[in-house]
Amino acid sequence: MDVSVKNIRKEFDRYPALNDVSLDIRSGELIALLGPSGSGKTTLLRLIAGLETPTLGKIYFGAEDASHRTVQERHVGFVFQHYALFRHMTVADNIAFGLTVRPRGERPPKAEIQRRVGELLEMVQLSGLEKRYPNQLSGGQRQRVALARAMAIEPKVLLLDEPFGALDAKVRKELRRWLREFHDRTGHTTVFVTHDQEEALELADRVVVMSQGAIEQVGSSDDVYDRPNSPFVFSFIGDSASLPVTIADNGVYFENEAIGIAPRNGDITSGNGTLFFRPQDVVLVSDPAAPALEGRVSTSRRLAGTRIADIDVGKPGEPHHVEIEVPLDAQAATGTTLRFRPTRWKTFAA
Amino acid sequence: MARKTLRSPTTEAPLARYALMAAAFLFLALFLILPLVAVFIEAFRKGPGEFFASLGDPDTLAAIRLTLLVAVIAVPLNLVFGVAAAWAIAKFEFKGKAFLTTLIDLPFSVSPVISGLVYVLLFGAGSVLGPWLKSHGIEILFAVPGIVLATVFVTFPFVARELIPLMQEQGTGDEEAALSLGASGWQTFWYVTLPNIKWGLLYGVLLCNARAMGEFGAVSVVSGHIRGLTNTMPLHVEILYNEYNFVAAFAVASLLAALALVTLVVKTALELHYGAEIAAGRKH
Repeated sequence: MDVSVKNIRKEFDRYPALNDVSLDIRSGELIALLGPSGSGKTTLLRLIAGLETPTLGKIYFGAEDASHRTVQERHVGFVFQHYALFRHMTVADNIAFGLTVRPRGERPPKAEIQRRVGELLEMVQLSGLEKRYPNQLSGGQRQRVALARAMAIEPKVLLLDEPFGALDAKVRKELRRWLREFHDRTGHTTVFVTHDQEEALELADRVVVMSQGAIEQVGSSDDVYDRPNSPFVFSFIGDSASLPVTIADNGVYFENEAIGIAPRNGDITSGNGTLFFRPQDVVLVSDPAAPALEGRVSTSRRLAGTRIADIDVGKPGEPHHVEIEVPLDAQAATGTTLRFRPTRWKTFAA
Repeated sequence: MARKTLRSPTTEAPLARYALMAAAFLFLALFLILPLVAVFIEAFRKGPGEFFASLGDPDTLAAIRLTLLVAVIAVPLNLVFGVAAAWAIAKFEFKGKAFLTTLIDLPFSVSPVISGLVYVLLFGAGSVLGPWLKSHGIEILFAVPGIVLATVFVTFPFVARELIPLMQEQGTGDEEAALSLGASGWQTFWYVTLPNIKWGLLYGVLLCNARAMGEFGAVSVVSGHIRGLTNTMPLHVEILYNEYNFVAAFAVASLLAALALVTLVVKTALELHYGAEIAAGRKH
């Protein structure tokens, strides 16, 4: 089922949590809403679910305007950050809940419910735990019970709020892979909220990067990592360094010195701007006469197969701090001067 | 020396520990256990025959019946009110919420005598409502309705006070989950909210009931002390005592004391259970 969010605005006590947000989610897609806390990603998810009502704007499920549908009518599967399992019910009763509360006419017979619960438990690989209570399960197991419970109502759309937030790193990795397989197998339209970029980039077909109540960029993992369209996305996703620069005469200048690169497609062509590049996208310049960025190594540290150098560039009084990767055999001891030039970069207007 | 270093840094010397414990027990014995024992000794001073005879007195039976009746009306009313108020305060945001929370505590902060007097001023012969009530033959003051009203007033914080922090801590996550699974509002309340608060609710009802049966001040003002008609057990105890009918007075008092003991035992049992439930809730 396609889900369309059209010009949504949501205010809490007059303070806008979301401002004119539009997003098209294609049927069967796995989408991540990624952003720092306070960016409005959970609010957007709750609006889609019908747990919040928009101040302005519309939400479409397929061709149908669902903006005024109640949460019950929207028929979405929602997995809560802290699972919200019913603590006084067994695993089986939790999963069966969505079926047992149906009106008498639509409710499947008891045996049918039992069979479905068995199927769902098998699907989330928890067969044999139906008699347990939520507090007798590990975090990862609870997460999967919550997922099975949401799937029991055969939702059109599956929404997950920070699905792995409360789990330890190892379980998180396992469940991440498991969720991807689960999604590929079931083919549900799935939207999940996360503040963990690694999780979003690895898992999602498309990533929606959000900041301060607005969508910054929507794209594949490659798009948002390799072709960030705003300073926020560049600095939020992956490691990056930024420097204030001036662009003139088809060259990029840092503190009035040419640094040996020229504006490229998508860069600004004149005026003041900010240059962004990633630590691994630099090359050391050995020729002292060639234009380059120059800085003093403040510290350097070995990181697995590479060496990371912290470099102060610019005037000694007010240095700009950047991090770059240098080859292991480079002379990068503390106090030495390094000259380098970005190989991939992007400039944004300041 | 070696033993000294083994002692936990937060533990006092044995002498200090025993002295503190002895002081605590002595105090309890003097001010709580001794009076309680005295009540039962006085009640049985002339033997069990006299004890049961005084309980079988028609006026005493009427007082017991009235006390039970008042509790049967007041406790369910406060149960419904308490759940509604706690629900509103814990799960919604609205203007005047802080005011409502403060208002719920009012009966705790006002002297029970004042609570009674409020009803005298409201429904008494000299009040605005008084003549109208009289002409319509409605008796509130010095009759059962007045006693019920005063009891409801005095006991209404118990259930709400017990539930508000519990419901606030539990938040709305479970309810949202139930709604997203298609449950109606009523189903959500019945299958999710109520089971989550049941022990807290029972605890509140227990305390509310103990107070409803034991209330003296407010009820005393509005009851009129008509024997066999508007005397509740606490009021009856006072009358019997003032008539130097000690055995009967203490016999009725022993019933109230027994009620207190039963409440205490059930409360302790609930706390054990309820405490575990809350701990499970936190782990969950």
